[in-house]
Amino acid sequence: MNYLLGAFKPACHISIVFADEKNRKKVPIKKENGQTFMVPLFQSQENIAGKISVEPVQGKKIEHNGIKVELLGQIEMYFDRGNFYDFTSLVRELDVPGELYETKTYPFEFSTVEMPYETYNGVNVRLRYVLRVTINRGYAGSIVEYQDFMVHNYSPPPSINNSIKMEVGIEDCLHIEFEYNKSKYHLKDVIIGKIYFLLVRIKIKNMDLEIRRRESTGSGANTHVETETLAKFELMDGAPVRGESIPIRLFLSPYELTPTHRNINNKFSVKYYLNLVLVDEEDRRYFKQHEITIYRLTESPSE
Amino acid sequence: MISDGVEDEEKWLAAGIAGLQQNAFYVHRALDSNNLKDALKYSAQMLSELRTSRLSPHKYYALYMRAFDEMRKLETFFWEETRRGCSIIDLYELVQHAGNILPRLYLLCTVGSVYIKSKEAPAKDILKDLVEMCRGIQHPLRGLFLRSYLSQVSRDKLPDIGSEYEGDADTVIDAVEFVLQNFTEMNKLWVRMQYQGPAREKEKREKERGELRDLVGKNLHVLSQIEGVDLGMYKDTVLPRVLEQVVNCRDALAQYYLMDCVIQVFPDEYHLQTLDILLGAFPQLQPSVDIKTVLSSLMERLSNYAASSAEVLPEFLQVDAFSKLNSAIGKVIEAHVDMPVAGVVTLYSSLLTFSLHVHPDRLDYADQVLGSCVKKLSGVEKVEDSQSTKQIVALLSAPLDKYNNVMTALKLTNYSHVMEYLDYGTNKVMAAIIIRNIMKNNTYIYTGDKVEALLELIAGLIKDADGDCENEVDEEDFKEEQNSVARLIHMLHNEDPKEMFKIITTVRKHILAGGLKRLPYTVPPLVFSSLKLVRRLQNQDENGAGEEAAATPKKIFQLLNQIIESLSNVPAPELALRLYLQCAEAANDCDIEPVAYEFFTQAYILYEEEITDSRAQVTAVHLIIGTLQRMHVFGVENRDTLTHKATGYSAKLLKKPDQCRAVYACSHLFWADDPAVMRDGERVLLCLKRALKIANAAQHMANVTRGSSGSVTLFIELLNKYLYFFEKGNPQITVATIHDLIELITTEMQSDGATPDPAADSFLASTMRYIQFQKQKGGSVSEKYEPVKV
Repeated sequence: MNYLLGAFKPACHISIVFADEKNRKKVPIKKENGQTFMVPLFQSQENIAGKISVEPVQGKKIEHNGIKVELLGQIEMYFDRGNFYDFTSLVRELDVPGELYETKTYPFEFSTVEMPYETYNGVNVRLRYVLRVTINRGYAGSIVEYQDFMVHNYSPPPSINNSIKMEVGIEDCLHIEFEYNKSKYHLKDVIIGKIYFLLVRIKIKNMDLEIRRRESTGSGANTHVETETLAKFELMDGAPVRGESIPIRLFLSPYELTPTHRNINNKFSVKYYLNLVLVDEEDRRYFKQHEITIYRLTESPSE
Repeated sequence: MISDGVEDEEKWLAAGIAGLQQNAFYVHRALDSNNLKDALKYSAQMLSELRTSRLSPHKYYALYMRAFDEMRKLETFFWEETRRGCSIIDLYELVQHAGNILPRLYLLCTVGSVYIKSKEAPAKDILKDLVEMCRGIQHPLRGLFLRSYLSQVSRDKLPDIGSEYEGDADTVIDAVEFVLQNFTEMNKLWVRMQYQGPAREKEKREKERGELRDLVGKNLHVLSQIEGVDLGMYKDTVLPRVLEQVVNCRDALAQYYLMDCVIQVFPDEYHLQTLDILLGAFPQLQPSVDIKTVLSSLMERLSNYAASSAEVLPEFLQVDAFSKLNSAIGKVIEAHVDMPVAGVVTLYSSLLTFSLHVHPDRLDYADQVLGSCVKKLSGVEKVEDSQSTKQIVALLSAPLDKYNNVMTALKLTNYSHVMEYLDYGTNKVMAAIIIRNIMKNNTYIYTGDKVEALLELIAGLIKDADGDCENEVDEEDFKEEQNSVARLIHMLHNEDPKEMFKIITTVRKHILAGGLKRLPYTVPPLVFSSLKLVRRLQNQDENGAGEEAAATPKKIFQLLNQIIESLSNVPAPELALRLYLQCAEAANDCDIEPVAYEFFTQAYILYEEEITDSRAQVTAVHLIIGTLQRMHVFGVENRDTLTHKATGYSAKLLKKPDQCRAVYACSHLFWADDPAVMRDGERVLLCLKRALKIANAAQHMANVTRGSSGSVTLFIELLNKYLYFFEKGNPQITVATIHDLIELITTEMQSDGATPDPAADSFLASTMRYIQFQKQKGGSVSEKYEPVKV
């Protein structure tokens, strides 16, 4: 929180404290330098309130042209470094221009903030929420302090959640039918399913179920697509015969998944796919990919 | 390349073990520090060693056992972990996060076992989940071992009756379902093994599969151990399900093994009650399955069960086990057209054994079995391969062994029909078995019909092979065989002369047809057996002669004459001669002079025409003399003729000593024991004198040819004869003659050319001692000897 202090000697020390910091749930967040910090977690429509104290370095006075705090929702594209798109920007003026001699604390509050998007840390894109405190100084440059916080948005279980059932195959070679019990899974969900082998003429070595994340950024000609395999889960070992059915039970909790994001602010999308891969003895891969939706289930009070 | 295979395998196994041990070390460390996460991580890595495809089942097993030991430790850890408050449900989920399926499932089974033990969920649900999840391993070898592991860890946790894991209701069925399902899946994997890999290694694979069979069979064992599997459940659920799997897998190796397993693992009582179902499966098995062995072992088990206690016999009757087995065998044979004869016979042989054990009183069953066997055999010519003949011999021996009475076997009409299918050699073997059995049990065969049947049966020993000349059989063996036939003939016996006569006629018919080679062996027992009858008749004659029209001694003698005559073709003159003489003696005892005379005539003819060997002649002459001496039926004329002839033969023997001995033996012909018959002292003396002359001649001849006088033994022998007749009171033998002879002997012995002969010396000495002894004996004998000086 105070890493800026190490960079150069600022004229003052700014600290931001949330009103319910003690009780609020904190989650880890990864910074650019790879370090992980715990930051408070919010959701949309919450009040974000707290106190900001400015503590001048001992015996120094700070002249300023005003102090403000902003709540920013930003999308940062890595290939377009430095460019932030603020989709949310709220400002509160904390102080009129003047001089500070001693520590001064300002309460602030953004009430029922609309934060439609979740914090997201992807390969090519980052969506973050931050509080920015700026002490405007005309001649010596402004003093700025940031405080990240996370936003998770929860959804209730979807009212319609059909299973995924598919029949695929290669003519006279392989014919399978698979079934996943749902099309929408929450983050701690478990995928239950079955694979039926209707025709097997190839020598299968094993079968995996992969969870793949497809992150696409930009639009039009500038679209960047990045696909990552987050999970590789072996379902079957050896060659089945016709009529075999292989169970699937894949717990999602061990994997670092996020909810599916569709066209966030026209900037990026994050989609999830289940990829069923069969590998034969010559290491040829046969696969079938199918999209699933991942959502964040409203957490039960116990958690 | 191939030879490298084994070495490589060793290397891979070593590498696998090393990897396993290394990870096991980390697991231990994690366990010691109660680090669940590390424990899971390293145990998954450890179990990854089992993912290898490079090891043969044998080597894989070695690896598996090491992993197994480690997993027991882990299981204990999991159990302690739950005691410490770790939620077993979480644990159950946690192990499923492993990315590789094989380690995941091993861990799942291990935690599942703890889960059941914790009783936080019904055992049946967990078991069901486990057995279902294990489907993920489709690789036969790995799958078999995984499921074997599951079976191992769960076997003490089945929701059986009386088990602490028993649930509310109908839980036994859950346990059974679980085991059945695991069994089915394992069997599928096992069967599938044969199709994997190149065709040229098929044989090797089959061998490897053989090594794995116990993994599959163990499930059946577990099933049999489940307390709650009672007859009803066995009949309704277990057996049909198992059989369904067995039949449907269409794999000979598996079918054979599993059927055998079923038979061995479950109680006999169950088998008996489910015979229909069990037997119904047999015709559906693959043609290459060795059904006969399996069925045989079933029947053997049932036989033993029946033999175990008399109380179970009603059960057999109740379920009509015999006819079920019988029809099942029929169906099996029908279904497998190209089943070798040996197989067919084995089946029937087992069925027969079964029937004999279970229904000893139902000969018709046994006959029925033999009948079906005949029907099957009728398609083939003669059974020749050793396997089949061995089986037929076993089949035919079964009733003998059971009843220990060949008469019972003879009652089985189909018995002989089966024997007909044996080739000549085996027929002989079987015949020998039958005879041995008769001998062992002292079974008398006492009717003509039975004798007829029996002789038909053992034709192999009685007759030469039809048509082709059997390649020269071992002389020794042949003798052995024929001796046994000879012994058998003595066992054909009936107290009733009429029936006995019938028996004799029958035997005669058979042995006369039996070929020349056998006659010397078979004729004598028959002759003696007939003579025995004659003697019996002779005793009976006094009380009720008239009605024995069928079997008079005369008739028998006629028969005997023919029988002995048959020997002339062999030829066996010496034997025939002896037999004639025996008959003559018997006729003598019956007081039938013409017959006796006829026999003597025959004997003389034989002597004159057939017996040419001088040594044989000597023997024959002595036999004739001996027999003739005992004859008392002859009138003066006949007697004279015969004696005269005999003396003539004696004098014409080749060697002088032989001549001498024969002639002095002839002296007895004139001195019968019964004074009424013959007492002619003069002719006795004549004979002796002649003998003496011959002895002298012999001595002389010896002198001439060898330059030394021969032994005096002949003289001493003669002296003994003289003494005999002297003692018997022949007036022609006087003290003087004896003195002369003694003197002669002494001079001979002291003469120059005499060769010292200790035997002769001692012979003389003992003769002298005898005279001395008689002198001192007192009574009339002493008186007689008194004048004799020594």
